[in-house]
Amino acid sequence: MSDFLLELRSEEIPARMQAGARAELEKLFRRELDAAGVEAGEITVWSTPRRLALIARGLPLATEAVSEELKGPPVGAPDQAVEGFCRKAGVDKGDLETRDVKGRATYFAVKNIPGRATADLLAEAIPAIVRDFSWPKSMRWGGASISTESLRWVRPLSGIVALLGDEVVDCEVHGVTSGAVTLGHRFHHSGDITIGNADDYAVKLRAAHVIVDHEERQDLIRSGAAKVASEAGLRLVEDEGLVIENAGLTEWPVPLLGRFEEDFLEVPPETIQLTARVNQKYFVCEDEKGELANAFICTANIEAEDGGARVVDGNRKVLAARLSDARFFWDVDRKKTLAEHAKGLERITFHEKLGTVADKVERVAKLARWLVEEGIVVPAEAGTATGQGATSTAIPASAVLTKDQLADMAEQAARLAKADLVTEMVGEFPELQGLMGGYYARAEDLPDAVADAIRDHYKPVGQGDDVPTAPVTVAVSLADKLDTLFGFFNIGELPTGSKDPFALRRAAIAVIRLIEANGIRVLVSEMARYWNTGDTVGPGLQVEDFLHDRLGVMMKEAGVRYDVVQASTDLGTRLDGDIWRVRRRAAALQGFLGTEDGANLLAGYKRAANILKKEDWHGAEGEIARTGEEDPLAIVDDPDLQSVVAAKMEQRRASELSYAAEPAEKALMDALANSEPAASRAIAAEDFSAAMAALAALRAPIDRFFEEVTVNADEENKRAHRLDLLARFRAAVHKVADFSRIEG
Amino acid sequence: MDRNPQNSFQDMILALHDFWSAQGCLILQPYDMRMGAGTFHTATTLRALGPEPWNAAFVQPCRRPTDGRYGENPNRLQHYYQYQVILKPSPPDIQDLYLKSLEVIGIDPLKHDIRFVEDDWESPTLGAWGLGWEVWCDGMEVTQFTYFQQMGGFDCKPVAGELTYGLERLAMYIQGVDNVYDLAFNDRGVSYGDVFLENEKQMSKWNFEVAETDALFDLFNKAEAECRNALANDVPIAAYEQAVEASHIFNLLQARGVISVQERASYMGRVRDLARGSCEAHMAKEAPAWAEKYPEWSK
Repeated sequence: MSDFLLELRSEEIPARMQAGARAELEKLFRRELDAAGVEAGEITVWSTPRRLALIARGLPLATEAVSEELKGPPVGAPDQAVEGFCRKAGVDKGDLETRDVKGRATYFAVKNIPGRATADLLAEAIPAIVRDFSWPKSMRWGGASISTESLRWVRPLSGIVALLGDEVVDCEVHGVTSGAVTLGHRFHHSGDITIGNADDYAVKLRAAHVIVDHEERQDLIRSGAAKVASEAGLRLVEDEGLVIENAGLTEWPVPLLGRFEEDFLEVPPETIQLTARVNQKYFVCEDEKGELANAFICTANIEAEDGGARVVDGNRKVLAARLSDARFFWDVDRKKTLAEHAKGLERITFHEKLGTVADKVERVAKLARWLVEEGIVVPAEAGTATGQGATSTAIPASAVLTKDQLADMAEQAARLAKADLVTEMVGEFPELQGLMGGYYARAEDLPDAVADAIRDHYKPVGQGDDVPTAPVTVAVSLADKLDTLFGFFNIGELPTGSKDPFALRRAAIAVIRLIEANGIRVLVSEMARYWNTGDTVGPGLQVEDFLHDRLGVMMKEAGVRYDVVQASTDLGTRLDGDIWRVRRRAAALQGFLGTEDGANLLAGYKRAANILKKEDWHGAEGEIARTGEEDPLAIVDDPDLQSVVAAKMEQRRASELSYAAEPAEKALMDALANSEPAASRAIAAEDFSAAMAALAALRAPIDRFFEEVTVNADEENKRAHRLDLLARFRAAVHKVADFSRIEG
Repeated sequence: MDRNPQNSFQDMILALHDFWSAQGCLILQPYDMRMGAGTFHTATTLRALGPEPWNAAFVQPCRRPTDGRYGENPNRLQHYYQYQVILKPSPPDIQDLYLKSLEVIGIDPLKHDIRFVEDDWESPTLGAWGLGWEVWCDGMEVTQFTYFQQMGGFDCKPVAGELTYGLERLAMYIQGVDNVYDLAFNDRGVSYGDVFLENEKQMSKWNFEVAETDALFDLFNKAEAECRNALANDVPIAAYEQAVEASHIFNLLQARGVISVQERASYMGRVRDLARGSCEAHMAKEAPAWAEKYPEWSK
């Protein structure tokens, strides 16, 4: 057994590619070992900006010899066949052996493959790994690049260390030969370092100011940055992305804290943090009050002779220049009101078929106002919480808006929400869209609710993002996303497969989350009708389908079965456009099906439905003109026909039975008489748990009915009545959810 | 003669000249045309094509009309200098050479944090791209370091390494000055502002306010026509000059704010066609001789 070390040295590897490169190196190394039949033990992979390293522990020194037998044609087969077999097997005809196979003499080729030294296998594997290595972007370099066939690597590949045990594995890739020699830190160490074996590799590099283990460097940055922050009486704002990036930019990371002029703190803290992080890869700090401090932490790659004073001073100057720019943008942008900025949106195309951003703003403003006027988005009540998390405050009675005020504010916020897109600051930092608009709105003394809505109207963006609950924000956010959905569906720009260039899926998810978090009750088609200037629902039904699709996916992720969602969505002839209701119904249904009553009731339902189908029994509703539906029973669920069906059923029930009902039959009739109205009342009140409970009361009677009563009685009047009874049972169940959609 | 790069802008340039001259580079003079970057110099673009070794260093004045700030911004200029080094093929020790050049002008890598941070370069106008880094000195970008992979739409065979130093910001750093106009141009009391401040004021005004736009549109069209004329007569270097001219006129039109967003793409496309056409013609003209001299090379 022996340990193997491979180091591939190169000019600085981009930080963002290093994690992928480590995975690629391990994958290719395992592939090579597998192909050679060598068992791979423990493998460790490290990276620095200047090297990728792999250590494989406990490799055998040689592979075992194997004997391979290949069965050939029977003796006496045509020469051609025998020769073909020899070629394929790579043996001479004279070396073939003859064996008996089920009484027939048959040729066999026996190949003894001797074991191979692992060092030899590795000498072939290394060039293959280098050649097959896949980088996000690769390049050619140097004299060899006179041919485009020359080696491609992320940056010039400058050296290979390959040691099995204490021995060099000799190989060569495009002029780079393997050896035992590597280099240390670019500035802290000069000259060659000779590595003895896998065990002294990290040790010798450390002595040469290189920490080869990326995780150790990450730890050093994490703890070092926290330490310099606390030494300055501050708290580090943690940023794992920056930790990894800085570890990918350094071989000997040294976090250093510097200060910038306090005056810069007058610009919004987010801009400072973004400037520091994106442009300079600096951490920022907070003071004890949790406010941004005038400090930054850079990660140097050297232990500077002066303790880093010059390094810090240089970085401070660079940051100051950047912050000056930010302050300049902040000052310039505030010279105009948001309304003035908004005029610039007329010059920005939203989509060639959907007009400019100004056109979109106009549509969103109208829709936002309408949502309030129709009572879809309502003013918050006094005492309820607004805002999220730490900034949440209860609304005092004096701050409660009237419907008219809310409508005005929603329209105003919508008209200004996109204005920051044409400001200098958002031009420089697109990530600050919304946020800057909020700041500028406050700077011109617009109401807080309007400023908050401008700031938050893009939310919710990602899965973990807060969902707005402040009414003005909800109206603008919902209107903005609905306009996007209606607009793109209207011009036929739909997402396909993995392609969703206008992020319509995200918009749909945001709409669903807004509806859910705020208990918004509205039919999608209703909103579409307004959006489409009242003529028709336009893209409304398509968008409704799309929202249902997303809802199904979201609920599935939350553990609700897809068929349950479908059963809760389908109202027979159309989908329930009330997303809030669908979601509640599905949750209750999923819960019910998980109970014993639920599972048994489902079984009873299926049995009843099967009998009705087999008997082609349409019950009372069967007497209503057919609509051409494939399943005639479907029309019982058509809300437009429900009253007619109910009247017919009532009529039949009222007519006296022409025979004495059996006890189990009577029990089901009685149970239905109780459960039907109970379920109806619960559904009307949208209390889906109560509706399920009403159904649960039917479970025992339906089980007993099937046990004791013969449906297909010889007497036609009995049969008709019993089938009607089952149809009634079925209809009662359907009032609650479409159980025919449920599997199992 | 002793150089004093720490206290003099011109000595810093001379120190770089000394250094790269000692490495075997030709020390060229600036191209005598207005251009947006040193990369436009024929010593970079056209010489990056073909198999012949080429090592050169030069200062190139760069014009970026939209960056003018009337002499009021401490960092931004509409006219500034780049120091270009082009090494073809890229030598194996190119990074070490570069770091030595920094030491020559007074940047000690054990006192200052030097970093190679991923930054790929692309010029759609020139049909060119390369991979490399921006080199940071204490967090400030001081050099663009690029391995050219393609130029004029052709693979670079072999690949050239290009170093572009931003001379003013490097000098500001070395001299410890916060305002570019305070830089010591020499060590006898002449500042960068003495040389260029009035120039920045007047040229900013001309770029943004004065330049006659009808004449500029006319110049653009004439440069385009002349480029085609030169191409038709098989003088690709002359054609390339007209492409450079058209590119600069386009930048001036941008500064005057008379090109709409929609038109912008169309103008850029026209400049790109000229530049690529010139590179193609240059390649076509030289390729037979190159192939004969370097049998391993092919277009």
